[in-house]
Amino acid sequence: MASITMDNLCKVYIGGVKAVSDVNLDIADGEMIVLVGPSGCGKSTLLRMVAGLETISDGTLKIGDRVVNNLEPADRDIAMVFQNYALYPHMTVFNNLAYGLKNRGFKKAEIDRRVREAAQMLEIGQFLDRKPRQLSGGQRQRVAMGRALVREPAAFLFDEPLSNLDAKLRVQMRVEIRQLQKRLRTTSLYVTHDQLEALTMADRLVVLNAGRIEQVGTPMELYSRPATTFVAGFIGSPAMNMLPAEYLKTLVSADDLAHLPQSADLIGIRPEDLSLAPPKEGEMALTGELMLLEPAGAESHLHLKLAGLKDIFVARLPQVPDVSEGTALTFSLRRDQLHPFDSASGQRVA
Amino acid sequence: MVENNRWGNFFAHVILILGVAIVVFPVYVAIIASTHPPGTFVRGVMPLWPGTNAWENYTTAITEGRSRAGTPPIGGMMWNSFIMAMAITIGKLSISIISAFAIVYFRFPGRIFFFWIIFLTLMLPVEVRIVPTFQVVADFGMLNSFAGLSIPLIASATATFLFRQFFMTVPEELMEAARVDGAGPMKFFKDILLPLSITNIAALFVIMFIYGWNQYLWPLLITTDPDYYTIVMGIQRMVTGGDSEPLWHLVMATVVLAALPPVLVILFMQRLFVKGLTETEK
Amino acid sequence: MQTKRMTFSRSWLPYALLAPQVIITLIFFIWPSFQALRQSVYRQGDAFGIRPPQFVWFQNFQALFADPLYLNSLKVTAVFAIGTTLLSMSVALLFAVMVNRMIRSRDTYTTFLVWPYAIAPAIAGVLWWFIFNPSIGIMPYMLDMVGYNWNHRRDGNDAMIMVIIASAWRQISYNFLFFLAGLAAIPQSLIEAAAIDGASRMKRFWTIVFPLLSPITFFLLVINIVYAMFDTFGVIHATTEGGPAQATNILVYKVYRDGFVNLNFGSSAAQSVVLMGIVIVLTVIQFRYIERRVNY
Repeated sequence: MASITMDNLCKVYIGGVKAVSDVNLDIADGEMIVLVGPSGCGKSTLLRMVAGLETISDGTLKIGDRVVNNLEPADRDIAMVFQNYALYPHMTVFNNLAYGLKNRGFKKAEIDRRVREAAQMLEIGQFLDRKPRQLSGGQRQRVAMGRALVREPAAFLFDEPLSNLDAKLRVQMRVEIRQLQKRLRTTSLYVTHDQLEALTMADRLVVLNAGRIEQVGTPMELYSRPATTFVAGFIGSPAMNMLPAEYLKTLVSADDLAHLPQSADLIGIRPEDLSLAPPKEGEMALTGELMLLEPAGAESHLHLKLAGLKDIFVARLPQVPDVSEGTALTFSLRRDQLHPFDSASGQRVA
Repeated sequence: MVENNRWGNFFAHVILILGVAIVVFPVYVAIIASTHPPGTFVRGVMPLWPGTNAWENYTTAITEGRSRAGTPPIGGMMWNSFIMAMAITIGKLSISIISAFAIVYFRFPGRIFFFWIIFLTLMLPVEVRIVPTFQVVADFGMLNSFAGLSIPLIASATATFLFRQFFMTVPEELMEAARVDGAGPMKFFKDILLPLSITNIAALFVIMFIYGWNQYLWPLLITTDPDYYTIVMGIQRMVTGGDSEPLWHLVMATVVLAALPPVLVILFMQRLFVKGLTETEK
Repeated sequence: MQTKRMTFSRSWLPYALLAPQVIITLIFFIWPSFQALRQSVYRQGDAFGIRPPQFVWFQNFQALFADPLYLNSLKVTAVFAIGTTLLSMSVALLFAVMVNRMIRSRDTYTTFLVWPYAIAPAIAGVLWWFIFNPSIGIMPYMLDMVGYNWNHRRDGNDAMIMVIIASAWRQISYNFLFFLAGLAAIPQSLIEAAAIDGASRMKRFWTIVFPLLSPITFFLLVINIVYAMFDTFGVIHATTEGGPAQATNILVYKVYRDGFVNLNFGSSAAQSVVLMGIVIVLTVIQFRYIERRVNY
């Protein structure tokens, strides 16, 4: 078990493409950190740099107290779960789990003990003699997990481990991985592009964009106070509505926006902060024409047309309202739930 | 109508059965001829039904050959062919799998240059540089030896390409997982890559064995000692060795024996053979 | 050139792994080819060292292309290569189309059609030489009944026909396998669409199937020409030995005769260089094709 310290980490590819720039991050012992961002944001590259599968162009990486920049993957005391599992197709499940231990010269009895223990933990004990191709997707995923577990490493690295599973299995494995990690208290770095996975699993969340860290924080911090327009748009579903302040002024009274700083020229509104109840004290009203109602069982998404605005404005309600498309609806919203941004820098201003 | 109609199928079967008959015919007459006594071939037309002399013909061919005309017994020549074919096959497979491994899994100065050197061998079959290659082998003192018969033929661009092709399709993560598991390059090669390549190795083995067994020009050039004759080139000595008509019954017994090993290999490993053939050339 | 996204780094290991292949290539391929190039611009010395080898520029090549025997050999090679290629490819295509219709008997026919590939060209030559033997062969006997007097020992055309059949016979298996693989890869839906568009069976073959096979056809064309030009040495050497009267004296056989029997190294080397040129052109064509794949 160990902490991981990234100090100004950079990755520059031959040809000058910067995949990761100046990443500073301290991961505490036992913490579960999720790296999230759109594809091509550098999250996998960063993970692979920690694993030792990509060279580090600049900066220092420490696992525990050791600088590991130039160590082979095998010498970093980490274990990795790959997106496509990377199970050795010609080896049995047992040998897949045992291979890393054999290479490290463990005694046969110890290998046996660890493999059986991990297999029991992951409920794959009855598959130990099978080859990977005889297993279902979920079972392979467990074997890949097992291969990391038996090593009892200082850190687990997960590279989108659930993206090859179907939706139902993904939710189930998400819970299992998190429970396992909490039980073992092993430092973990987990990469995903799925914001829901990120929010539900992380102790702390790191949002990456174009090789840079946009924001680090607990899931709720990032959700309630996104530091940039990028984070605001990435975390939360449906995505936050963004309205120019100038335009919003034409819809609502000046009092409603008086508490926001002058520099806030872009205002974010979360779809789920809107309600159909009449405005109360400290709330403001917003009216739009309902274009499309998407019922989703326990909740509904309302696509609205606001007067004079090209983009569609979305509201999310915790029920399916009895309204018909084409009518005008008035929503209420607490003033302190507006998210003010500076459009030029993309930064939050209050 | 897209489905086959009955008359069309009948017609196709007729064409195919005729085709198969024509394709099989030359070997059929060889087998027939190898069962007749020498007198049958003096006049008239060649026999089309089996004779009674098979045992004598084959034992004569295997143990005596045509010693007076300078052709050694077939048994020895078949053994030589086998040694040569195995040496070429195993040599080709081993040197090309390791060079493909180097080219795909390492990045090092001169990689492209070496790739092209190997690639060039694809362009220059022995047939176009007969005399100088012969001189090189003669200078090394490798005439009339198994080394001379096999070593110059074991550099193979084809096998290197096939292995390279295959290695490129092995998922990247497998090598990365092996490294995280503490395997170095040679350990990865031995524990992961080699077991995964078994089918490809077997398919190439079939192709290369046939290639090696059927070598003709090369053994013709570098063997003058009958102890090193291979069977495929030995047939030519039997055909042209005498002044008169060839001893057809012995020639055809030899032909059957020379064709048997590679034909058996194809028939018993047809699936591997087809895979090896269609994938090496594409 | 492509590699893995991550590679091993070990300074000497890749060189050690490449060494056997590269050393053999250098000694037995590159060096002799270079020697052939060098010898092709020298007139050889005599065996006693009285007259040393002499640099003669392109005289060997000039002599070669002024030599009616060599020009004849070029013509013979062209006829032989085209004949062998067309015969084996058209027969193979016919077989492949027929077998492709079959479901249950597909594997049986394939097995019967595949094995001649195992037979060495020299042996194929001897087999057909036997069948065409003027005194006892079955073919001359049958031809005699329709009034044709076959004799490949005297008639150059007869000899050419015989070596073409012998060379094409073995190659049918090879072409058949590739055509069959190509036919199996054509989506059934295309043929069904053409049928709905009202194309007859013949029309479907020539307008849909054959054009879709064209990448394979082109590939086989090159492969077969290379085969006929270089791998058929055994057919000629074991049967006609270039005769009668040079009628089957193809280029590879002539290189061998001039080098090893007539010991004319300068001319043989010049001929080797011409052959290398031909091989390189054919290989380049083949690789251009592999890159671009005549495709739709």
